[in-house]
Amino acid sequence: MEYFLQQLINGIALGSIYGLIAIGYTMVYGIIGMINFAHGEVFMIGSFVSLSVFLALGALGITFLPLVLIVMLIVAMACTSLWGWTVERVAYRPLRGSFRLAPLITAIGMSIFLQNFVQVTQGARIKPLPPQIEGGLTLMEGPGGITVQLSYMQIIIIATTIVLMAGFSYLINKTSLGRQQRACEQDRKMAALLGVNVDRTISLTFVLGASLAAVAGIMYLLYYGVIDFYIGFIAGVKAFTAAVLGGIGSLPGAMLGGLAIGLIETFWSGYFSVEYKDVAAFSILAIVLIFLPSGLLGRPEVEKV
Amino acid sequence: MKQHTIDAITDPVLTVEHLTMQFGGLVAVDDLSFNIGRGDITALIGPNGAGKTTVFNCITGFYKPTEGRIAMRRGRNVSDETIGALTETGRQFDRQGDAVYLLERMADFRITEQAGVARTFQNIRLFGGMTVLENLLVAQHNKLMKASNYSIGGLLGLPGYRRAADRAKEIAIEWLRHADLLDRADDPASDLSYGAQRRLEIVRAMCTEPSLLCLDEPAAGLNPRESNELNQLLRYIRDSHDVSILLIEHDMGVVMEISDHIIVLEYGKKIADGTAAEVRDDPAVIAAYLGVDDDEVDQVEEDLGLRKPDQPYDKSDLPGENT
Repeated sequence: MEYFLQQLINGIALGSIYGLIAIGYTMVYGIIGMINFAHGEVFMIGSFVSLSVFLALGALGITFLPLVLIVMLIVAMACTSLWGWTVERVAYRPLRGSFRLAPLITAIGMSIFLQNFVQVTQGARIKPLPPQIEGGLTLMEGPGGITVQLSYMQIIIIATTIVLMAGFSYLINKTSLGRQQRACEQDRKMAALLGVNVDRTISLTFVLGASLAAVAGIMYLLYYGVIDFYIGFIAGVKAFTAAVLGGIGSLPGAMLGGLAIGLIETFWSGYFSVEYKDVAAFSILAIVLIFLPSGLLGRPEVEKV
Repeated sequence: MKQHTIDAITDPVLTVEHLTMQFGGLVAVDDLSFNIGRGDITALIGPNGAGKTTVFNCITGFYKPTEGRIAMRRGRNVSDETIGALTETGRQFDRQGDAVYLLERMADFRITEQAGVARTFQNIRLFGGMTVLENLLVAQHNKLMKASNYSIGGLLGLPGYRRAADRAKEIAIEWLRHADLLDRADDPASDLSYGAQRRLEIVRAMCTEPSLLCLDEPAAGLNPRESNELNQLLRYIRDSHDVSILLIEHDMGVVMEISDHIIVLEYGKKIADGTAAEVRDDPAVIAAYLGVDDDEVDQVEEDLGLRKPDQPYDKSDLPGENT
């Protein structure tokens, strides 16, 4: 029982990170019907920028942790937002009228470019960060010395995710920007005819997705303490899977899919074998998609004839 | 009743001159010129394939015309000389004093935003997953975005944004009342009946505050009760807002009942232009609709009881029976 609870907590923390990245995939897919394969790299950039900020502040003698975290957050979000905007502007927008696969191939190209750029400039070796937030709450102490720990870092991850999701739902459902985004998602041409600036709305979608990925990048860095140029690929594929599992195009679906993938992975590692955790995650994805082709919360496309 | 011939329109809101649209070798619209009077309901009618929707697409920027000028006089006292001078400069519009826009030079979303031309389509294009109210708010987003400083103010709930948001909502609710949709405000737009979706589409276009509202077959597929509700809505719009309406319609009941001015197209050319009464009695129009040659029209009219027979006719002259 204790072991189960512990895995549950670990799974939710991991799933939160996947969920935040998955939102970027699902939003971009929703609005322009394209899989932005460079999105995982944005997450990786977020990690690297925040690590650099941490080291730079450390060199300046600023070690007050809350301040450091806030500066990391702001700088990382600003950098990834700028990156998201630039990529959309230079690599995707010119291809928007082109055939469906063109932006997909460009996205893969952007992903490879960014991975190699970071590899060359930052080096291929893993970058460690000593644990900054230690300790936690002991929730339960079972017989045989098995305890259920909820670390402060896990609390921060889960709380941040909840706050961000709440803010994001508000943005999408209640504000003028969110309405425009949903309008563009349903009928871009009609939205343009009503005077909506479609290009700007798409740019903002990329910026929003990228800044959420930056937050995920920081939390990954603080939680695991090691990053390298390759984490974006792995996390990106997992988050993409999460978006598909939840129903691509659906925001709550992305979060739910992220949690599902996180939980499957942790439980499989905990009860069966660590080596096969990815096999388990992807097998369950395949099974779900056989029975629910549009994902857990996706809307099936019904065409009236 | 107002008398309309093409010369009698003293205050046109839209002037189309020598409009030609070619698709490869096909001439869909051929040297078409007409005026739309300010505050009028103008109907564009004609047999299938006459080029009506092509004219619409040229006016609303979907197509770039092969030739011709489409001048939108948003301001009231724009002279022909002003338009001529603007055409020479190569610019898209002149907003010093009375605004005038050359639509054939503008991108489609700017035509809505700046020139004040809104349109609906033959097939309904609502945002089905959004609520009825949200559909109307999207159409008012330009002023909202300005008031919210591009959403940052909106997120922080600044007073300027709150006021603009409340005002947008009031406008939307006012329109819902007139479209008889107030009790459906929070339902998804796709749940409405067909007739209600049509009305919602029209009031959504009105939320962009247009000077010219273009409706492509608004009564298509409506039952008699629904088309009656549509007529009421269109009359309300014309009578209480400073807007002119241009509509394509096949339902002659709707056309004859609400139009101030009718333009008839056939094979991309204008064959008649005038009031409902004038157009109804025009031999060329009857010929176009019934598909007979001009010299046979008299007989067809007699057959339809539109004209007293001044001489008996031989049944074997009727088209379809002599072949």
